[in-house]
Amino acid sequence: MFVRLSAAIAAVSLLSGAAIAQGAKPTDPQIAHIAYTAGVIDIAAAKQALGKTSNKEVKAFAQDMVRDHQAVNKQALALVKKLKVTPQDNETSRSLSKSAGEERAKLARLKGAAFDKAYAENEVAYHKNVNSALETTLIPNANNPELKNLLQTGLKIFQGHEQHAEQVASSLK
Amino acid sequence: MMPGRILSIVAVLGLATTVSAHAATIQITMENLVVAPAEASAKVGDTIEWINKDVLAHTATARNGDWDVNLPPKKTGTLVLKKAGAIEYYCRYHPNMKASLTVSP
Repeated sequence: MFVRLSAAIAAVSLLSGAAIAQGAKPTDPQIAHIAYTAGVIDIAAAKQALGKTSNKEVKAFAQDMVRDHQAVNKQALALVKKLKVTPQDNETSRSLSKSAGEERAKLARLKGAAFDKAYAENEVAYHKNVNSALETTLIPNANNPELKNLLQTGLKIFQGHEQHAEQVASSLK
Repeated sequence: MMPGRILSIVAVLGLATTVSAHAATIQITMENLVVAPAEASAKVGDTIEWINKDVLAHTATARNGDWDVNLPPKKTGTLVLKKAGAIEYYCRYHPNMKASLTVSP
């Protein structure tokens, strides 16, 4: 069961990773939309976890995700407003949201320790994907220096999340 | 009366000098989830001032439970050191942010 689940998660994560990388040379309005969407997805995942988990560590991690991603997205909104850029919906954002919705539906069926484990593992995979997309696609293609700077700060934050998620995931084994 | 007054002035001056010579303020920054310097030394009575330059909330939390300073985004938090010892501390929200303080008497 666990193996099958992890494999399914890996497959989904792989898909979303491919999806992020697919959009060759996204524009700044698209990059802003993708980055914002990625944050919204992780906030939704964390809120689901907060409603389901009774594990202290998982709860603390999920609270950290809500706090940090909301803070970063608040910055992102302030920046696009300042730059008078309207974030533009695009294929990458849509496929990210779609696979995240499927993931949430899958997690919704799990309970207790099985949920905690699946959530933590998905957080590791998700942050890996987003970080690799930031490094290879979003940051290099960002034209505006302030947007690029915010993405670079985001990458540092999310690398911290990835390590934190790994710690949580390994503590649940 | 005169000598007494002079004496008390001296005492006040002496006290002021003692305080300023001993109580330093040590600044430690938190930026992009990095604590710098990660290792700092101070003396009992000194003030530690953590400057959070991030848009994220951080904390400076002693592992031994002695203190827990909240550092809201872009804000500074201070702590007056009351006990000597080597203290490991970290950020509760970002456990990878670790640092240490060596407090001498």
